[in-house]
Amino acid sequence: MENFPLTSEDQHQMLAEIGVQHFGEMLKCIPEKLRNPKINLPEALSELDAQKWFCELAGQNITLKQNLSFLGSGCYEHFIPSIVRHVVSRSEFYTAYTPYQPEASQGSLQMLFEYQSLMCELTGLEVSNGSHYDGATALAESLMMALNHTRRNNILIASSVHPEYRLVARTYLQGTHGVLEEVSFSPDFAFDLNDFKKKLSPEIAAVVIQSPNFFGLVEDLTEIEKLVHANGSLLIMMGHPLSFGFFKSPGEWHADIACGEGQPLGIVPGFGGPWLGYLVTTKALMRRIPGRLVGMTKDHEGRRAFCLTLQAREQHIRREKAPSNICSNQALCAMMACVYLATLGESGVKQIAELNLENANYLRDSLGAVPGIEVLTKGTIFNEFVVKFSKPIQKINGELRKRGMIGGLDLERFYPTLKNQTVFCATETKSKAEMDRFVSELKRISQ
Amino acid sequence: MNVESHINLEQDSKLLFEKSKPGKSGTPLPKRKFQNRNFGKLIPQSLQRASGARLPQLTESELIRHFINLSRKNFSVDTHFYPLGSCTMKYNPKINEDIAGLEGFSWIHPYQDISEVQGMLRILHELSTALSEITGMAEVSLQPAAGAHGELTGMMITRAYHLSRGDTKRTRVLVPDSSHGTNPASAGQCGFEVVQIPSNARGRVDLIALEAALDDRAACLMLTNPNTLGLFEDDILQICEAVHRKGALLYYDGANLNALVGNLRPGDMGFDIIHLNLHKTFSTPHGCGGPGAGPVGVSKTLIPFLPVPSIVKKDGQYGFDYNRPASIGKVKSFYGNVGVLIRAYVYIRMLGLDGLKRVSHDAVVNANYLRKKLSTIYNVPYNDFCMHEFVISTSNFDSKGLHAGDFGKRLLDYGIHAPTVHFPLIVKEALMIEPTETESKEMLDRFVDVMRQIHREANESPDILKNAPYTTPISRPDEVLAARNPVLSFRDIER
Repeated sequence: MENFPLTSEDQHQMLAEIGVQHFGEMLKCIPEKLRNPKINLPEALSELDAQKWFCELAGQNITLKQNLSFLGSGCYEHFIPSIVRHVVSRSEFYTAYTPYQPEASQGSLQMLFEYQSLMCELTGLEVSNGSHYDGATALAESLMMALNHTRRNNILIASSVHPEYRLVARTYLQGTHGVLEEVSFSPDFAFDLNDFKKKLSPEIAAVVIQSPNFFGLVEDLTEIEKLVHANGSLLIMMGHPLSFGFFKSPGEWHADIACGEGQPLGIVPGFGGPWLGYLVTTKALMRRIPGRLVGMTKDHEGRRAFCLTLQAREQHIRREKAPSNICSNQALCAMMACVYLATLGESGVKQIAELNLENANYLRDSLGAVPGIEVLTKGTIFNEFVVKFSKPIQKINGELRKRGMIGGLDLERFYPTLKNQTVFCATETKSKAEMDRFVSELKRISQ
Repeated sequence: MNVESHINLEQDSKLLFEKSKPGKSGTPLPKRKFQNRNFGKLIPQSLQRASGARLPQLTESELIRHFINLSRKNFSVDTHFYPLGSCTMKYNPKINEDIAGLEGFSWIHPYQDISEVQGMLRILHELSTALSEITGMAEVSLQPAAGAHGELTGMMITRAYHLSRGDTKRTRVLVPDSSHGTNPASAGQCGFEVVQIPSNARGRVDLIALEAALDDRAACLMLTNPNTLGLFEDDILQICEAVHRKGALLYYDGANLNALVGNLRPGDMGFDIIHLNLHKTFSTPHGCGGPGAGPVGVSKTLIPFLPVPSIVKKDGQYGFDYNRPASIGKVKSFYGNVGVLIRAYVYIRMLGLDGLKRVSHDAVVNANYLRKKLSTIYNVPYNDFCMHEFVISTSNFDSKGLHAGDFGKRLLDYGIHAPTVHFPLIVKEALMIEPTETESKEMLDRFVDVMRQIHREANESPDILKNAPYTTPISRPDEVLAARNPVLSFRDIER
């Protein structure tokens, strides 16, 4: 309570200056019956007590640092260089407002411009926005872009796109003319081309595909891309951003929009957020991109300067005609990704991708040799894959928990027919000894 | 000495790409463990990237200097007074950062078994309960990631509610002409037609115009209270009665809750749906534009439509409830911007009810003090007791060719961030000022002195304002050039 800057003497003087005797005189326009409601809140804590209590609650959670985890499925445990936290912990960054006053915000503006530049390089596309809430909402807004651009009403989305992204996309399409239809996957989890060909029609605005997909498979988009573009539709590609360090980028696949979750780029898992939706597109779609864009220009003296640009797209100018309502975004998370990508650099991004590749492949090979475990994602993978057990995943995970380990996602939760199947993820953070330990425990559990 | 060497570090605007030199790296990565596997050969060429992602190459020391010097080109709450109307740029307590950064919160996975994350779920459950209490709403969902995201969620709930009653005619959303831009944009994005309601001479919603617009096509009225002039909508009970009588819903834009928190509840006023901006009222930092959090609260009738999952406590254990058949669905993956939610809960726990009351009390005192003092210098169009913010107009300087924005730019030279300029749209040449409760009387007095000085400059030598600022790393950028010839990445520079 002492932490408020106005002293009682200040209050006294200020009320006198305002010309009232009591504070309540200023609130006369508020109906009496609304005032002073009964509100039940716990007692205030001192800073010391707050530190203790919240640390205690934090201690009740089992972390990925304490327990050996092979859980992925949309949230990834990656190495984060120390520099990332140090940069975004600068007060000048994290306590600044949206850079609407460019002269007083060149730091954040240049930082976001660099983020946009790095994302263009990573995805092989031409225009990145300054961030979106998360991968799911970035997808949802990409669909809006496609519907508006093509003036068509239907979207085809692979069932192998992250289930939560598909759910959010469906929510967003309420109130629009957009209709979402799913394209199934084959037994080896690849995008089902036959099903796709049947469903592709002149009404299709966009086709959404994720690679590596939710089952870990890296898809070959060669034929899909040709069909999509011959149909006059847009190709929207999602994917783990670090996979683009090794695998073909969305730009090389000729995707029109790349979008997805930027959490792997230096952002902590944090129970699901705040993360980073990335959205990168072509010049042709530049004016349809939602959210903030930073552009480079000159100041009055001709010096290099950065400012928010193409704002005529945005809600504060266009109001109800704005194609997106987004205002606050995830700028600080974009800055984390910026520092992360700059720190890894050209060789680092490829190296990290290869470390993921070799770990996941080693784990997959090792598990493939265990009786009672069947590897189902047999094709090319990045850092995760599906395995099948002879008993329910709940049981397997319960046993792992007893051993201080965290297993994968039970696929049945989102795909009722995929029983006893789970996704294991091995990023660069796992040592050979840790993977061996995991495999030997699973050997015992799976029997 | 060449010209370049006269530029000090704060004026250095070179990009990472321009500082890059082949062969450098910012971090030593682990070595490959299985050197015998050549993935370049094992994996089909057609799936591989043709050449490496062209990223800059710098050492950690070079990077840190680059980024830290960039940070020095920013204004921020920790370094400057930020009287930015409707943005509530209050101080962000440091303990919030430390708690959110604890390993027990930051290194947990959203798909872990609930038995492993009970401490986390408890915080989310208690925060949701506390926000229900503070706002007087029956239930609060923590899922939306920002205020506008909360609005969109609220609009989807509005649609779902009317459709559930078989009422398909309600295609219109009403917004006052003083509303935030996100209100009409959110309604528009959800497929509603937007109808603007004019303000009356007292700066409040015109009741007669409202009644006229309230027909059987009206789905909802979106209202900010206090409104963007900082004025309490004193007809709120009549507004609420009229809206409900016509079968529409009343939506509360929580951007200005800082004026009321602890002392007044939107639920008691009769609002059916609200969103909160935790990055405003509840002190979580703005982070150059995000992440924020925009929880949505609803009245009892609307609970079934909230996003899934809700966080519940059953038999002493915290968990998720996905069983809401009428729910609008998910609006975000997982559960929300959890790190932001933790910060807000620390803030609430440290203040308690008395502290929260003090927040709105002091916010109102500070705003009225500034209004009173500035009204002796500037034109305050609706010079009534205000709540947490107020609006001044510089339209009397039109003849000198000055705009509200020029006053804002000049403030930067005095080390004060500009107020919100040219908003709300109903005031010509508006400067919208919100001091918040975390500023001292000394700071406010200094602000008044500076504003007096700028007023004098505007009268005596308006050019000083027109060309301001002078002390910032750059002068005014050419925004027309930026839009006409968009340079949005390093690629564009090279082109």
